[in-house]
Amino acid sequence: MTSSVATPSHSPPPAQARSRQKVPALALVAPSVIALVLWMVVPLAMAIWFAFQRYNLLLPENREFAGLENFTYILTDPALWVSIGITLVLVVSVLAITIGLGTLLAVLFNQEFFGRGIARVLAISPFFVMPTVSALIWKNMLMHPVNGLFAQITRGLGLGAIDWFADFPLISIIIIVSWQWLPFALLILLTAIQSLDTDQMEAARMDGAKPPALFRFIVLPHMSRAIAVVAMIETIFFLTLFSEIFVTTGGGPGIATTNLAYYIYLKALLEFDVGGASAGGLIAVVLANLVAIFLMRSVARNLDT
Amino acid sequence: MASQTSRQWLITLLGWLVACLLFFPIFWMFITSFKTEVAAVATPPQLFFQPTLENYVDVQARASYFNFAWNSVVISLGATILALLLAIPAAYAMSFFPTKRTKGTLLWMLSTKMLPAVGVLVPIYILGRETGLLDTRIGLIIIYTLINLPIVVWMIYSFFKEVPKEILEADRMDGASTYQEVVHVLLPLALPGIASTALLSIILSWNEAFWSLNLTTFDAAPLTAFIASFSSPQGLFWAKLSAASSMAIAPILIFGWVSQRQLVRGLTFGAVK
Repeated sequence: MTSSVATPSHSPPPAQARSRQKVPALALVAPSVIALVLWMVVPLAMAIWFAFQRYNLLLPENREFAGLENFTYILTDPALWVSIGITLVLVVSVLAITIGLGTLLAVLFNQEFFGRGIARVLAISPFFVMPTVSALIWKNMLMHPVNGLFAQITRGLGLGAIDWFADFPLISIIIIVSWQWLPFALLILLTAIQSLDTDQMEAARMDGAKPPALFRFIVLPHMSRAIAVVAMIETIFFLTLFSEIFVTTGGGPGIATTNLAYYIYLKALLEFDVGGASAGGLIAVVLANLVAIFLMRSVARNLDT
Repeated sequence: MASQTSRQWLITLLGWLVACLLFFPIFWMFITSFKTEVAAVATPPQLFFQPTLENYVDVQARASYFNFAWNSVVISLGATILALLLAIPAAYAMSFFPTKRTKGTLLWMLSTKMLPAVGVLVPIYILGRETGLLDTRIGLIIIYTLINLPIVVWMIYSFFKEVPKEILEADRMDGASTYQEVVHVLLPLALPGIASTALLSIILSWNEAFWSLNLTTFDAAPLTAFIASFSSPQGLFWAKLSAASSMAIAPILIFGWVSQRQLVRGLTFGAVK
């Protein structure tokens, strides 16, 4: 309890009120903190422990210390590097699509037009659809090579049908995930653009600035932080994309859509290789932390206690 | 003046085109849910048809659908209530009695969100097996509570910060206890914020698919897992699947529409307002 936290607009509470609160305040925060410490530390410690063990759930009695064996085994598995590559392709392409289109759509939906409220509600809806449902809509009703709507349309035009998940598996996943997350980018970026100072825009327009220049020099700089936040939050999710792949391609054909999360899932729950999966999991943790550091910095700047 | 009008037309047209394109897959699923199974896979696709409710009747008739739906309801509500019970006292202490460590604690809480689930899949699976919590609703409730707790604490903290301290202090001078102060003054004032926090927590829990797919088989499986079980190649049940899916997403869509404004704050941890 230091008085330095008191803001000028608000005088510190009387001394006796503060001391009355000191112990309870700690007790009130403690349950949340303890729960999260356990949630973070226990599984992570176990993952580190398992990563140094030879441990297969099918042969639990053959458990022994393995040193760095799991790491050397995992790191020399070509499939791991392929899966990391696929993870990065997924992250980068979906980020580019959602943020690029999201920025343009945010500008569009910032204009006044007839029925804008309803149009906006329709546009952000995909974000609220559970991932297994959206994956199945696309897989069965839109991209299915025989009865899917896309196939029917292209056949109707005499172009023949595309077997999306066989011929363009990764692109199909990218399309589905982009459809789910474009509304997220739109929602956040639209909120950011609406806080833009209209006087400044007006003044620039008076000085003869054209719309592209206005966008480039006023709107984009204003939105840069929101764009960064969207990019980082999406990256955290995209690094461990799972259910869309689980429902549509199952990582295939071959390992064409096996990202890092799916690779670890295959190791853990299909091969029952606890040691190898834990080592892979730690790699995912390290990757995510690299992103998280930047995200936390951006949030911290905005946090005034 | 003419160019002004045509520009307005263009914007309206573009805006609605984008909205309809993005919404189309959901619309198409919804339409399909009212078709017969034969009409659902007909060539060419039918936009006009004799609507039927038989898919909804069929899905409802299956007892297992209710099992999954009930699991979704219990797990999302359970996790949300538990998270609120943990978060409200913590947010109260942090927003009205901040210490040097408050900012650090909040940021640390958010950082737990950055731990990728897949990194701890194996330990959690084994812990669940050892404790008998695998494929139980309690197990998922605990996990969803912990996943959402940082966001819930953060949102309620930011809503509490907006309540003028003077009101609480005046009340305290009148001799109100901490409990009375919180329940009779603070919570009613912050109720809209708490409600939108609860909605976000319900939405996230309802749609969560990583843990529900990996930790449940049948007993505690929510709708996400039920829908995923249709992923095996079977083209014959699209209409029924659409009906089940429509029911699964309808409540969450409505929650999302209602609370879209406040959600931005929660989804970005307050970094975008």
